[in-house]
Amino acid sequence: MATVIIPTPLRKFTNNTARLQVKAGTIQDTVQELTVNFPDLKKHLLDEGGNIRSYVNIFVGNDDIRNLQQEKTTVKEDTVVSIVPAIAGGSPDASGNNADHTSITFSKEELGRYDRHIIIPGFGFEAQQKLKAAKVLVIGSGGLGSPVLLYLAAAGVGTLGIVDFDVVDDSNLQRQVLFGINEIGKPKVEAARKRLETLNPHIRINVYNTHLNSQNALDILKDYDVIADGTDNFPTRYLVNDASVLLGKPNVYASIFQFEGQVSVFNQLDSQGNRGPNYRDLYPTPPPPGLVPSCAEGGVLGVLPGIIGSLQALEVIKVITGVGETLSGRFYIFDALNFESRTFNIRSREDNPINGKNPTITALIDYEQFCGMRAVEEKPLKEVTAKELYDWQVKGEKFQLIDVREPHEYSIVNINGELIPLATVAANADKINTEGKVVIHCKMGGRSAKAIKELEEKFGYKNLYNLKGGILAYIDEVQPELTKY
Amino acid sequence: MIIIEPKIQQLLTEDALGTFPDECCGFLFGREETDGTRLIIDILTVDNSKEGDKRRRFEISPLDYMTAEQHALDHDWTLLGIYHSHPKHPAIPSEHDRIAAQPFFSYVIISVMSNDDVTFRSWLLNDEQQFEEEKITDNHFTLKKV
Repeated sequence: MATVIIPTPLRKFTNNTARLQVKAGTIQDTVQELTVNFPDLKKHLLDEGGNIRSYVNIFVGNDDIRNLQQEKTTVKEDTVVSIVPAIAGGSPDASGNNADHTSITFSKEELGRYDRHIIIPGFGFEAQQKLKAAKVLVIGSGGLGSPVLLYLAAAGVGTLGIVDFDVVDDSNLQRQVLFGINEIGKPKVEAARKRLETLNPHIRINVYNTHLNSQNALDILKDYDVIADGTDNFPTRYLVNDASVLLGKPNVYASIFQFEGQVSVFNQLDSQGNRGPNYRDLYPTPPPPGLVPSCAEGGVLGVLPGIIGSLQALEVIKVITGVGETLSGRFYIFDALNFESRTFNIRSREDNPINGKNPTITALIDYEQFCGMRAVEEKPLKEVTAKELYDWQVKGEKFQLIDVREPHEYSIVNINGELIPLATVAANADKINTEGKVVIHCKMGGRSAKAIKELEEKFGYKNLYNLKGGILAYIDEVQPELTKY
Repeated sequence: MIIIEPKIQQLLTEDALGTFPDECCGFLFGREETDGTRLIIDILTVDNSKEGDKRRRFEISPLDYMTAEQHALDHDWTLLGIYHSHPKHPAIPSEHDRIAAQPFFSYVIISVMSNDDVTFRSWLLNDEQQFEEEKITDNHFTLKKV
């Protein structure tokens, strides 16, 4: 009888036996005998076609049967046959594309669909394989997320993840081209999934209808090769940056404001194994809260996210395929008003708090607090909720109501406040009572808070109340029949 | 759970730093308790036989593997797993690791971010051919919550 040495990992399939006796013959006979006696061994030794798996080596004495007569190699009475699992692995690829693309195949329909990619010289079949093998997580499915998702789905990125907590609102349709009027009120991720499935049935779409936060970010991001950050607020932007750095994943970044857009590629590993700078190399800490308004407060030209989101999708495709030079180490700014583009070089800083010489951040932190959203103000604003305001109205309490929004907003919807736009508040202070209650509101509560601060500082007002959540909260809680915008 | 004592961790760290920026690799020997707890008693360092990009890949030659099985037999230990390093990468298994992974083995990954930032995590393949983390104890290194 010949002896077969079973490797440790497969012994659970052979009743923990390390050495088995088999009849003499050929390797083919040996494998046959083993899989008959121990059926569970079969899937570990043979592939679907019945051939010995590429990750399994079989040695006769000290010789690989690949160098002898393969499966026809003779097994004599005193032969020792060793089954040797190939032990290999490694870190994710420099391109950021973690999956092995070489085994990717396409159906006839897919080959037809992607033909215009495959025939591009320098792109070709391999780049298309890499796209199909890739998993991309798109954070935010709004203005930027819409074109990013549409183009990545169309391009054949094999797995797309979408994170968004929001529902589709009519005011989104001015720029969020993924959605139509039929989707208003539906969760954005579900509406996006439906739209993308009709665009490309050959891809997989995972949706996360949730707020990305410090508790769930690493769990959600870890399964993806490339992250595309299209969020509109600083806490999430720092969260996505830090999570990408901690997980070693490239983060394709874009943002927009009014007429300006920005794009970069952060934390990308180049072919020499050097990691590119990240958002914290550019901005180690966030600006003070309120200094940079969000799109909801500051506005954005609808076509701008279409342009910038398309550039973001382009960079995602380059990161995945390794084709061309990405924006790693560079920061691109597009000024739509003057039609000007600028590209700055950015470098890694030694004092980067997350991956510099002496990193102080080794795990995700509370980003709301970090961005000052929850910092205790020296003198807290007096606030009134929509419900309380309604109570005052019902009870006939006396108060003055001031609306600090712009005239065009006032004409969309108002709740009979006196219109004094934020920029003119100081000049019109004589119209604002210094005694009795005065309630100041805007759309969401940000501008009215600024107006109150200005009035308190300049004129010493002590009787001003901020309407919490602005007119939107009032409409939601008191008069839902009014128009929201 | 896998117990890796400080002296073993020291050996792993030395191998990972000594091989940096390439990936290091080797074997883990020890005993498995009836409750599944694994105690690592010794390691065997072997050459990274990958031809090509050793910074991002490792491969252990079949002859080294056979030596490791014999080593376990000689000492009456169990060959419990494989270790390798991820230079400048977190200690999370890559798709390359997953595809080539064997059942039963503990895959200990050593992340080397810098000389004084070396962390360990251990992973086991489940029945769906996916990695699940195996808790490491007696770890006197600061474990990052990655």
